[in-house]
Amino acid sequence: MKKIILIAALAAALPALAQQLTVVNFGGANGDAQQKAFYTPFEKKTGTKVVPVEYNGEQAKIKAMVDTKHVSWDVVEVESPDVARGCDEGLFERLDWAKIGAKSDFIPAAVTECGAGIFVWSTVMAYDGDKLKTAPRSWADFWNVKKFPGKRGLRKGARYNLEFALMADGVKPADVYKVLATPAGADRAFKKLTELKPNIQWWEAGAQPPQFLVAGDVVMSTAYNGRIDAANRDGRHLKISWPGGIYDLDYWVIPQGTPNKARAMDFIAFASTPQAQADYSKNIAYGPTNKKALTELDAKVLADLPTAPANAKDALQFNVKFWADQGEQLEKRFASWAAQ
Amino acid sequence: MDALALPGIADPRALRRQLARAERRRKLRAFSLTLPLLVFLLLTFLVPIGALLARAVENPEVVTALPRTVVVLDGWDRRGLPPATAFAALAADLGALPHRADAGALARRLNNEAPGARSLVMGTYRALPLEGADTPDATKAKLIETDERWSQPVFWRAIAKNGSRWTPDYLLASVDLRRDATGAVERMTPDQRIFVRILLRTFQISAVVTLFALLLGYPLAYWLSTLPARKANLLMILVLVPFWTSILVRVAAWIVLLQSEGLVNRALTGLGVIDHPLALLFNRLGVVIAMVHILLPFMILPLYSVMKSVPPSFLRAAVSLGSAPLAAFFRVYVPQTYPGIGAGALLVFILAIGYYVTPALLGGPEDQMLSYYIAQYTNVNINWGMACALGALLLAATLVLYALYRRIVKTELSLG
Repeated sequence: MKKIILIAALAAALPALAQQLTVVNFGGANGDAQQKAFYTPFEKKTGTKVVPVEYNGEQAKIKAMVDTKHVSWDVVEVESPDVARGCDEGLFERLDWAKIGAKSDFIPAAVTECGAGIFVWSTVMAYDGDKLKTAPRSWADFWNVKKFPGKRGLRKGARYNLEFALMADGVKPADVYKVLATPAGADRAFKKLTELKPNIQWWEAGAQPPQFLVAGDVVMSTAYNGRIDAANRDGRHLKISWPGGIYDLDYWVIPQGTPNKARAMDFIAFASTPQAQADYSKNIAYGPTNKKALTELDAKVLADLPTAPANAKDALQFNVKFWADQGEQLEKRFASWAAQ
Repeated sequence: MDALALPGIADPRALRRQLARAERRRKLRAFSLTLPLLVFLLLTFLVPIGALLARAVENPEVVTALPRTVVVLDGWDRRGLPPATAFAALAADLGALPHRADAGALARRLNNEAPGARSLVMGTYRALPLEGADTPDATKAKLIETDERWSQPVFWRAIAKNGSRWTPDYLLASVDLRRDATGAVERMTPDQRIFVRILLRTFQISAVVTLFALLLGYPLAYWLSTLPARKANLLMILVLVPFWTSILVRVAAWIVLLQSEGLVNRALTGLGVIDHPLALLFNRLGVVIAMVHILLPFMILPLYSVMKSVPPSFLRAAVSLGSAPLAAFFRVYVPQTYPGIGAGALLVFILAIGYYVTPALLGGPEDQMLSYYIAQYTNVNINWGMACALGALLLAATLVLYALYRRIVKTELSLG
């Protein structure tokens, strides 16, 4: 009798287990928007239960899973430098683009061998419209502590900050990576950062900058534009200064060796449809990677996206190749600089 | 021994044998009782530490991926460009790699050494096979045509330098040293120096935390040791309660208390003591406060256990012999608690140098300790060789401290 019950229970449990998909995201407002636009509709459509997991982008966990051949994450959201690197090092499965859709429907950067672009986001300058009456207009203003006294929030790390420092020092967005690639350019960026150092409060998680701004801990901060938008949906009056922002994509990848590869592909295909992409952009101000989604969005939503022409005009695209090559050395130099 | 004849026993040797057997049985029993623990320790402690130390000197990527190139480069003087045969060997090696992941591992390793090597290696790997590369010279020309950076000696030196399966580079880097092109050890360029400073900072923070834990813990432990057992036990539970709470919870509680709109600042502003909120968080002060709080029980417990064993009559005798009470306390009582002070201080200090969560959450970039960088290399950079080298550094520091302690105190640790 007991055996029969056990077998029955197993039989009941197995399909349930098999129809799960673990999707890993960066949490916060971004995770909430993904839940609404991707996970719930996907569950409704396919009956597969999506189990969301939050992480902070640490690729070590994926590497450990792949190395030990015990992969429990099926789909993972990763940042752009990790896509190419993980693809080269065999951490991710190659994607079958025939299943996802016509490559021409997507913005070019979204289509890669191992990663499918989810959305376009931007690291921008943000401030509290209630507290700061004169709007800062450039990175030079961000560095100007006489005109705008108070602390500045910056992401702890070399990435983005070196670019911003060069722009504050008068380098045109188009020339930033050319200058930064030279030793003199890197010195110049660090020198400019040193100027601001006494006034910097560092942040690490995307949720921190809006908190800092609202609490008045900082007068301006770099921030992910979607987090600012999310705070404003909660009734804050945070403002974004778009010129000189750095935009980039986040990608879906499938860790090498997941038992649910086919379902993971289905999920990525679903999340890349114009409808899902448009729903996502309505929930958080990140731009769709599927160009067909744009027609589903009204003017008000479009105006807040990093991809809106007015916002993208003076923006800089994050240079993945530069950071893949120079990242380690610059991050170590940054750590050494920050520890002084 | 034979002279020892026991009355009433015919054969003393038989007795000795019996005794020896009994002794052996006893030993065996003791051993089999502790065996599970020994195995457990071996598996969970010694093996991982051994693996960690091995990983800190392992350097398999280049040798595995480029066996022929390494052999050719062995005879190269590392000045200028290597011979054309090296180019041919490199193209052959890269072409023979079974998986792209092998090229990826090679690219990552070389990029540690020479920034830019990642895109160079991967780009070349993708461009293979090179057409018309029949002779070494033709291969050389083709490789440089594919990516002109192959004409820069720095990338070749990086390959040559990593031509052996074991490397001191990670360990050297953990103390801000490196090997130059010829293998001589030198200091890193100033903008890449960091870990010596971090190690000193780690010691400094730990020393401050230990000092404050002692200053706060000593009087409390003394008071507890003078109380009757029932009261002392009750109060000891209060000391231990934070001990049973998760560190994360306590750190989060400190954030609530110390932030600029937090309880402490609001109370002080409300009382009119300060006009502007004090910066208590994201700096050294916050880290030290929270660490002292978390580590205090580790100071109090050994102090208390030693103080309990100090007879109160000594102090009374000193006073009755005419010593001033305070002088008697410091000259008679305190020296008797030195083992407790030593054990508590060492325990707190060793635990403190490994702290990670508390400084990461409550400190700024100037307050991060060595563990933060270990986590950084493990999780973010996925440079596990470097992470293990820093781990080895921390382990070595702990062992040196313990050895010093043994030298100075010359007694076994009394851990309560």
